[in-house]
Amino acid sequence: MTTRINETFKNLKQKNSKAFVAYIMGGDPNRKVSQRMLNALPGNGVDIIELGMPFTDPAADGPIIEEAGLRSLKAGTKLSTIFEMASEFRTINTTTPIIIMGYCNPVHHMGYNLFAEKTKASGIDGAIIVDLPPEEDKELREAFNLNDLALIRLATPNTDENRLSRVVSGTKGFVYYVSMTGITGASSDRINSVPEQVKKIRQASKLPVVVGFGVKTPDNANKIVQDADGVVVGSAIVKELNEKGIEPALELVKALAKAVHK
Amino acid sequence: MVNSENIITPDENGRFGDFGGRYVAETLMPPILELEAAYTDAKNDPDFLTELDSFFNHYVGRPSPLYYAERLTEFTKGAKIYFKRDELNHTGAHKINNCMGQILLAKRMGKTRIIAETGAGQHGVATATVAARFGLKCIIYMGATDIVRQKPNVFRMRLLGAEVRSVKSGTATLKDAMNEALRDWVTNVGDTFYCIGTVAGPHPYPAMVRDFQAIIGREAKKQILEREGRLPDALIACIGGGSNAMGLFHEFINEKSVRLIGVEAAGKGVESGLHAASLTGGSPGILHGNRTYLLQNKDGQITDAHSISAGLDYPGIGPEHAYLHDIGRAEYLSATDDEALHWFQECARLEGILPALEPSHAIPRTVEIAKEIGQGGIIIMNMCGRGDKDVFTIADALGEHISEGTEG
Repeated sequence: MTTRINETFKNLKQKNSKAFVAYIMGGDPNRKVSQRMLNALPGNGVDIIELGMPFTDPAADGPIIEEAGLRSLKAGTKLSTIFEMASEFRTINTTTPIIIMGYCNPVHHMGYNLFAEKTKASGIDGAIIVDLPPEEDKELREAFNLNDLALIRLATPNTDENRLSRVVSGTKGFVYYVSMTGITGASSDRINSVPEQVKKIRQASKLPVVVGFGVKTPDNANKIVQDADGVVVGSAIVKELNEKGIEPALELVKALAKAVHK
Repeated sequence: MVNSENIITPDENGRFGDFGGRYVAETLMPPILELEAAYTDAKNDPDFLTELDSFFNHYVGRPSPLYYAERLTEFTKGAKIYFKRDELNHTGAHKINNCMGQILLAKRMGKTRIIAETGAGQHGVATATVAARFGLKCIIYMGATDIVRQKPNVFRMRLLGAEVRSVKSGTATLKDAMNEALRDWVTNVGDTFYCIGTVAGPHPYPAMVRDFQAIIGREAKKQILEREGRLPDALIACIGGGSNAMGLFHEFINEKSVRLIGVEAAGKGVESGLHAASLTGGSPGILHGNRTYLLQNKDGQITDAHSISAGLDYPGIGPEHAYLHDIGRAEYLSATDDEALHWFQECARLEGILPALEPSHAIPRTVEIAKEIGQGGIIIMNMCGRGDKDVFTIADALGEHISEGTEG
């Protein structure tokens, strides 16, 4: 529901705080561990959850997310698994928005309408489909609108003003600003011109602006939210979960949340 | 079904019917729109076309001959079989036609860094060759598995000054090399030109690569009219992504009397599941920027392609082929590894030509269609690459042990 996203930003604004958005790959390394991780995110300070849908050929992701997706697929994750994870999460939490994120082919294969219905029925609030630019998202956008779901579009450093107005006009919930021309998990040194770009997006849209890609540490995250309404951390959490397990990964989540909220 | 109007594709959104399009991350939208504008400008500029023609003539070695395969025809006892000899081009395949066009365009756009994906290495070698000719930095992405299978081509690329980057992710083959090239492009959008090797990818690549390869069909049409005084009954070409086939077909699309026949790689057999026949054994989906037929499982995950020919070992096909398939304008058949191996040897013995493993797939279907059409008929098959690069693979498949240079 778009309401759940809107309420989240409204509440944060009242507290004069910003949104911490955490990404995990659904089903990585398996359904059980991933579900425990998902369920624990809000209690560790996460305001919005991005739940990755695995794909064999994630051309916009770096090796950390790609390998997480392949682990998940190997463990048997399907789109239906992602929906089941969200449904189970909703039995313990009704307020934290979930955005699912992935690539178009599995969605196209299921059919845009059925995908939208299942997304809605699972208590998911929106989706980011990386390889579905405004030029190609009409069918999914219409299906999402019918189900009051947010199709969140990406703006990038090379999105010029003409494209920016097009990008923001069809988006709901928030605008996701990709902090660099690059892939997920790239070096934070590549993050550029966030304050200027956030200002440009604000001129084009009233929606909250959330920034992601290359954000790894509490310091990175804190710096981003000086300008943006929220920040996404993905690869760093996925890496910690893979290398050290749930508890250390949640410690990192907690530290990141603290840096965003202070 | 084919309507009475001429087929002119793609539309302004890069669509061939329901196929094609621009399914890329937002970061790549500005560069592909920039590329589309630059290409539209170039293809209407007589100076650009003259320069391209000049390089085709003096560097690539065009026009390639249209050769009457007399002994194969006698052996078959059917329609006359002609080979369009694109294997005689510089670097040994049709791939250089496209590289010549794209790299001239890159130069015109002021790009200084060329990247490309390669499977068997033919497109990589052609890209490295043309990049060297123009003094441009060149990086080739190649699956780690293919690097082992195609050592001579890896060395050729390095001799030509290209950096070959090994791709270990996913299945470490052509599709992963393409993923990695897309990641490079997303990271270096400013100075980098992505030279895609086949009629796939986001718009404008499928149409642009087709246009650069269409020289094959234009020459073939002129040559057959000179030789036979009439159009052929059928054109046949092998298909991985489908660039040599589109290059041959394009000039004949609106000549409805000419059958267009593509031959996909059936690997161990389409029913075995171990194949690369996206049209025969796949379904529509979205990968690498376009909607087309793909090899995928019931959850929309991409499945591995299998073929003895690394150049056909790709789980998708160009969107224009998907369209021609669905409207019935072109026919798509397949050939197995074993058939390709058998006809590779027959072609060597009958015609003194070692075909690459890719066009070796087209020969068995050419022979069948020649019989079906019968004497008095005319067929043109695209001999799109030469087999020197494949001798180790073939020796291995035939159980022979030959030395691989000093390492053997």
